[in-house]
Amino acid sequence: MKHSEYPRLILLMLPVAIVFLAFFLLPMARLILIGGSGENGFSEYLSIFHTPRHFESLVSTVLLSAAVTIAAVIISAVTGVFLERNRFPGREVLISMLTFPLAFPGVVIGFLVIMLAGRQGLANEISQALTGSRLVFAYSMAGLFTGYLYFSIPRVILTIMAAAEKLDPALEEAARSLGASRWQVIRDVILPALKPALIASGAIAFATAMGAFGTAFTLATNIDVLPMTIYTEFTLNANFATAAALSIVLGTITWLALYISRSIAGSTVAAAA
Amino acid sequence: MKRSRIFYVNLAFTLLVCAFLIVPIFLSMLAGVTVNFFQGIKSGLTLSWVIEVWSLYADTIFLSLLIAVACLICNLLIGVPAAYVLARKSGRVARMIEETLVLPIAIPGLAIALALIVTYGGIREFRLSWLFILVGHVLYTLPFMIRSVLAVLSSFDFRTLEEGAASLGAGFWKRFRTIIIPNCRAGILAGSLMVVTLSVGEFNLTWMLHTPLTKTLPVGLADSYASMRLEIGSAYTLVFLIMILPLLIALQLYGRPRAAKTTISDPE
Amino acid sequence: MTSDQEVSTSIRLEACAKTFDDGTRALEPIDLEIAGGETVVLLGPSGCGKTTTLRIIAGLEAPDPGGRVLFGSDDVTPLPIESRNVGMVFQSYALFPNMTVRENVAYGLMVRNVPKPERAVRVGEMLAMMHIEELADRRIDQLSGGQRQRVALARAIAVRPRVLLLDEPLTALDASLRERLRIEINDLLRSLGITAVYVTHDQGEAMAIGDRIVVMRKGVVAQIGSPKDIYYRPANAFVADFIGTSNRLTGHLSNGALSFQGGSIPWQRSEAAELTVMFRPQDAEIVAPTEAQIAGRIANVYFLGDRTKIILEAIGQGPIVVETTAQADFVIGSNVGLKINPDRIFEIDGET
Repeated sequence: MKHSEYPRLILLMLPVAIVFLAFFLLPMARLILIGGSGENGFSEYLSIFHTPRHFESLVSTVLLSAAVTIAAVIISAVTGVFLERNRFPGREVLISMLTFPLAFPGVVIGFLVIMLAGRQGLANEISQALTGSRLVFAYSMAGLFTGYLYFSIPRVILTIMAAAEKLDPALEEAARSLGASRWQVIRDVILPALKPALIASGAIAFATAMGAFGTAFTLATNIDVLPMTIYTEFTLNANFATAAALSIVLGTITWLALYISRSIAGSTVAAAA
Repeated sequence: MKRSRIFYVNLAFTLLVCAFLIVPIFLSMLAGVTVNFFQGIKSGLTLSWVIEVWSLYADTIFLSLLIAVACLICNLLIGVPAAYVLARKSGRVARMIEETLVLPIAIPGLAIALALIVTYGGIREFRLSWLFILVGHVLYTLPFMIRSVLAVLSSFDFRTLEEGAASLGAGFWKRFRTIIIPNCRAGILAGSLMVVTLSVGEFNLTWMLHTPLTKTLPVGLADSYASMRLEIGSAYTLVFLIMILPLLIALQLYGRPRAAKTTISDPE
Repeated sequence: MTSDQEVSTSIRLEACAKTFDDGTRALEPIDLEIAGGETVVLLGPSGCGKTTTLRIIAGLEAPDPGGRVLFGSDDVTPLPIESRNVGMVFQSYALFPNMTVRENVAYGLMVRNVPKPERAVRVGEMLAMMHIEELADRRIDQLSGGQRQRVALARAIAVRPRVLLLDEPLTALDASLRERLRIEINDLLRSLGITAVYVTHDQGEAMAIGDRIVVMRKGVVAQIGSPKDIYYRPANAFVADFIGTSNRLTGHLSNGALSFQGGSIPWQRSEAAELTVMFRPQDAEIVAPTEAQIAGRIANVYFLGDRTKIILEAIGQGPIVVETTAQADFVIGSNVGLKINPDRIFEIDGET
């Protein structure tokens, strides 16, 4: 059964191999070459760090993504562990609500942020009613943060809940039998057990935020996150080499984030993306 | 059981997070059926915005559905066999192939779209057809199908089942058809739901790959947000949500394939 | 190749060795002849090569170059399992969860394009034979372990295979069920008259089912023989220890007696200066110190219900185990004599 099956396995793999070679590997290689085809040659890749506009865009994207990641992981850890460890009526509904926006596209999320914090948004109305002052932050960094947080929470919560489900309650009981306080249990038992899931889901949130385009596009802010910079360079400035180089840098950062998280956290957890 | 104070603090926090996620959806849906959002509900409810959206953007909806179905078929044809091979092979080469196949998750859609444009943008016929978008969607969704099927294959000992079928005389293709595929149903279903949902909602790639004649639903949405009045954007979002809602519910029901439970109901 | 009469195909392995891709040698070259209709049990601890041997017979593994597998006069070495017309029962049963019991049993017939009406009849016969008719439309996950076992057997024999291969078929079951199914399988194999190879690590199973037992160890055949041979005439200490409990006495031979600590036994059957003999716990009895040539002390007594197990010390190199059905009171620490049935003492190769 073993010996004669190689050709068949290769046959089964062939279609995907052809599609990937033709439409992914080849184009990616070409993108790398084009990134080095501008007047600066391959030093275009380094010029990102010298061109203030690009560098600022890179830094603000990384900072924004990092902030979103931290906030999403903390919020999701609290709610995820709470929902996994308590049974009460309505729990299933809450879980559904929290994971519902999982597959919303960025544009829709951008629009929802406008609904929440735009000129005719809920936040503004409440603020006007309560204090009489305007509150519009949809088109600022805070708006982007809100949007990114919105699409990060469902992803992170799913991973954390899956990990919390596997938590052995006996560990916690053992810690308490040894006299550990509630906080000590969280610090010494729960958090270490959740660590791989926290790292993995955090990396996914970070990578998604780094590459997010639709939300920023809809909010049409003046904040240049990297995907917006790439888009502008490509479509408005027709600066293909720069756009290509920036895309490759962006892709490398997101891939690295996921790769590093996986080597720290182990490979199995990240699958829930 | 009496709940502690911490339970209620946690519950309140969780409700707050839920509200953050759900209230904007609700607002947006409401805005789509309000006569004038600026004046609020008191201006009355209407379906006229939805009807207008339909007349303006119906073609984007159909194109999105077409691409999603085509994308699913491609995934089934190339992704499921690939997942099987990856589950069969444990060597380094297989792991490298797997890494490559899931790479489109790690690389932003914008970069993939640019790569496709700079490589194939010159082929006019291809660039202008919806197939150009389809290619992007297949690349982007394939990792989800492969992982979903791989997860199911790792949850049962499919090698022994295959040996069992072989011992009964079934050759390779017969085994693949009668044993592997039927037992992967849960993973294929979960993967398919994911693929269709992601394809219908995909924007990052699609925005770069589309042409004025190949607009998908999310592209149309972005369009309406930028250039139409708020009520139309809301009504369009409402249409999108109604389309994607059944998918998301199905995903919640079938999206997490579990290992087949071995319940022994009738012990001797 | 599938003829209904051909139910007793002989199996011959010629110089079948197995080296895995990573270089580990799972099986040294083995030659084995299994007569038509015979049930041979491959017995040994895990990693002894018994499963590898079975998988080579089945066609799930190819032997290293040079090895040959013959069914009757057909050389099946190059054939994959699906072309060998074998029936196989797996340790995990490998029942298809996507099919009902009936569909599982019918699968091999479906693959062979047996016409539907005939298929239904044959499946019905199989279900009746295994007493699982009422389970026909159940899903596999609704079956108990014993029921699964029966379905697996029915499925394997439904195709009327040339040989039946069973890979630890009872290991997944609990002890009492194992005992019962062991008898059922034995009866089934006898009534079918099919050539069968049965792999197990359980010596009780091997004794009950095998016409012959092949004891294996570290990829090598340690002994081939009938259950009685293996039990009473183990070829070496490994076999003696693996099959039941055995007592060993090593001592010096002089003047027709083998002497060791605690006494001696008459021994005329060999001339070596130093040798090891063995006997089984039930082939000795405890007597008064004056009535025996061997004296020891009772170290421990275990009452087992139908019999009593007594551990003696101060005899030979290690503790001696005696099992008796006698009702007497055995007092720990008392000095006793040991009488061994002279017909049940065998010289063995002392190396383990």
